[in-house]
Amino acid sequence: MSEPTRRHLLGVGDLTRADAERLLDTARALERSLDREVKKLPTLRGRLVVNLFYESSTRTLSSFELAAKRLSADTMVLRASGSSVDKGESLRDTALTLAAYDPDVIVIRHPHIGAPHLVAGATAAHVVNAGDGKHQHPTQALLDLFTIRESLGRLEGVTVAIVGDVLHSRVARSLVEALLLVGAEPVLVGPPTLLPRRIEALGCDVSHSIDALGDVEVVYVLRMQAERMESAYVPSLREYTALYGVTPERVRPGQVVMHPGPMNRGVEIDPRVADSGASLVTAQVRSGLVVRMAVLYDLLTAPGLRVAVPVMEVA
Amino acid sequence: MLAHRNGRLDSLTVRARVVDPGQGLDGPATVTVEDGVVTAVESAATAPDGLVLAPAFVDPHVHLRTPGREDEETIASGSEAAAAGGYCAIVAMPNTDPVVDTAAVLQSLVELAREEAVVPTGFTAAISKGQRGEELTEMAELAAAGAVAFTDDGRPVASAGLMRRALAYSAVADRPLALHCEEPTLSRGGQMHEGAVSAELGLTGWPSVAESVMVERDLALAAYEERPVHMQHLSARASVEAVRRARAAGVRVSAEASPHHLCATDELVRTLDANVKMNPPLRTEDDRLALVEGLLDGTIDCIATDHAPHARHEKDTPFEEAPFGVTGLETAFGALHTFLVCEGEVPLATLLERLSAGPARALGLPVPRIAFGEPANLVLLDLDAAWTVRADAFRSRSANSWLLGRTLVGAVVKTVAAGRVVFAA
Repeated sequence: MSEPTRRHLLGVGDLTRADAERLLDTARALERSLDREVKKLPTLRGRLVVNLFYESSTRTLSSFELAAKRLSADTMVLRASGSSVDKGESLRDTALTLAAYDPDVIVIRHPHIGAPHLVAGATAAHVVNAGDGKHQHPTQALLDLFTIRESLGRLEGVTVAIVGDVLHSRVARSLVEALLLVGAEPVLVGPPTLLPRRIEALGCDVSHSIDALGDVEVVYVLRMQAERMESAYVPSLREYTALYGVTPERVRPGQVVMHPGPMNRGVEIDPRVADSGASLVTAQVRSGLVVRMAVLYDLLTAPGLRVAVPVMEVA
Repeated sequence: MLAHRNGRLDSLTVRARVVDPGQGLDGPATVTVEDGVVTAVESAATAPDGLVLAPAFVDPHVHLRTPGREDEETIASGSEAAAAGGYCAIVAMPNTDPVVDTAAVLQSLVELAREEAVVPTGFTAAISKGQRGEELTEMAELAAAGAVAFTDDGRPVASAGLMRRALAYSAVADRPLALHCEEPTLSRGGQMHEGAVSAELGLTGWPSVAESVMVERDLALAAYEERPVHMQHLSARASVEAVRRARAAGVRVSAEASPHHLCATDELVRTLDANVKMNPPLRTEDDRLALVEGLLDGTIDCIATDHAPHARHEKDTPFEEAPFGVTGLETAFGALHTFLVCEGEVPLATLLERLSAGPARALGLPVPRIAFGEPANLVLLDLDAAWTVRADAFRSRSANSWLLGRTLVGAVVKTVAAGRVVFAA
């Protein structure tokens, strides 16, 4: 028997364009199953998916849980609080403990970059990055691609403005990479203090003016956190909203608006926009479920497909 | 100011290409050492291929983790690592637990070095009590107890007012200040160099300007107080240029660069390997080239390893949780020879000068020389030897090297320190 191919989804950089498109196609096929009376598929019966969450999360965790259950996998949730992590256990030791249960997939969210890579190096499980620090959140990027493709019918050449706190956003980093991967055209919009220096090296455009929204098909709004004032990134939320808040006046007919959640209504996004017909926010949540089903399905049933990265050596 | 354990003085004869840039020596010769003293340097017709005999190295900047973290390094293990790296003298930083800020702590270290240091080892003392940046240490008493220099290394002296007083008062102790230049409000939370790679990875940036504004501030204060300063582990182009200008203007300034800053860039951080996390961080190719230019023209007169051992479990974590620092004593020559000399960026003689005489002069230590009557402080190098850096082959108690698994060309064959053979491969 040949050695099973080790495959993970640690970042958008692990994917080729063909990988991404295959995952989106799989997600679309799986979406049809959601319309059936019995929504469960037997595909992953007997497989174990562990959700290892070191940060609080509502939609990502519930979406991975439900995705695994809809595919008939067994699931287990471990949270940092109330576990041995509280007692100072290292990530490597926690990973080794979990590995004793032979999980097929470990889905990990962690406040620090590289945590999924470390788990991938320490266990035999497939590892899915559900968000590491400000680094990557690849399933969010895939669900956003899926949502855009379902809404506009294409990805090639689609123009997307990503508005707000790019500096602290793994969602923005993953999405920019994903959009570039599939031939879309991202532009980052926000105050200079919240756009990372040299981010244009990724190949995207950068603008400090909200007027840049006028030229795009998709307005992607990032969450703005109140604590950003403390380090003087912005003088006040009031001024931030005045300059960069996505209001009905700033959205033109035909544009769609997205937000990864949770929303700060009245800060980065006006409630009238969030609740309008232009908003794809609930579609994103539904996309999250089918895309995560597709990722689990792809990792566990299609060995040999390349969603692989060399695992980092930790000496 | 340097202490080491006693032992029998050795006698030996070595025929090699002898390179001592300070004396204009570069050619095949036979060097004779009797009872620890060089008694003859005679030119020879030939020398074995690849073998170079040079003055042994001096490291102005190592962390021996003693007292407090003897699990990471001791004076014995750190000095053995130094011997294996070709060093005949090392100078330890005071950011231990407790901090070296009183004569009592310093004296206990000097005693310990007399018992267990394989190569002559010196100690620096803190500039401020507890390295808290608030009150000065008793510099005169510390100097009398053997402090080589004063430094709050590991953290900057944030207050310009305290730095000015420290500079003025250091005249009483007659020792230089060695400065870790980092403006903390600019570097706060920084994990790596701020640039294209940090933007892509989402790691908080530690910008070059956080170093260079502090270098500029301290050079201005040193000029005003007319006191010498030693700039530690420079990493940024703007810092090198500031030192060059200040020296031209008459400021007495010496400066270090580390092997990792001279050989590597922030591109390595893409691996997310905690062993490429150091402070200051690896910077861009442009910064690296500025450091090399500085090394060539003497603006950077010292290579310092900033050898910073860490326990394996502390580095075996996600990047952001890992402490800063990498080991360097045992890989310094191999790395510098491989990446700078073999690549044609730096001549061998320049490298050897910046590893030995440069740092010795900067800290007022005896300059190792290959000459009649001098104590034998020699390193025998094999420039052709290729070797692979392995975690289980270090003398250091820690293995957090950024070079693990790499193959280097150029190895230390033998080290003679203070007249004793302290390492033989």
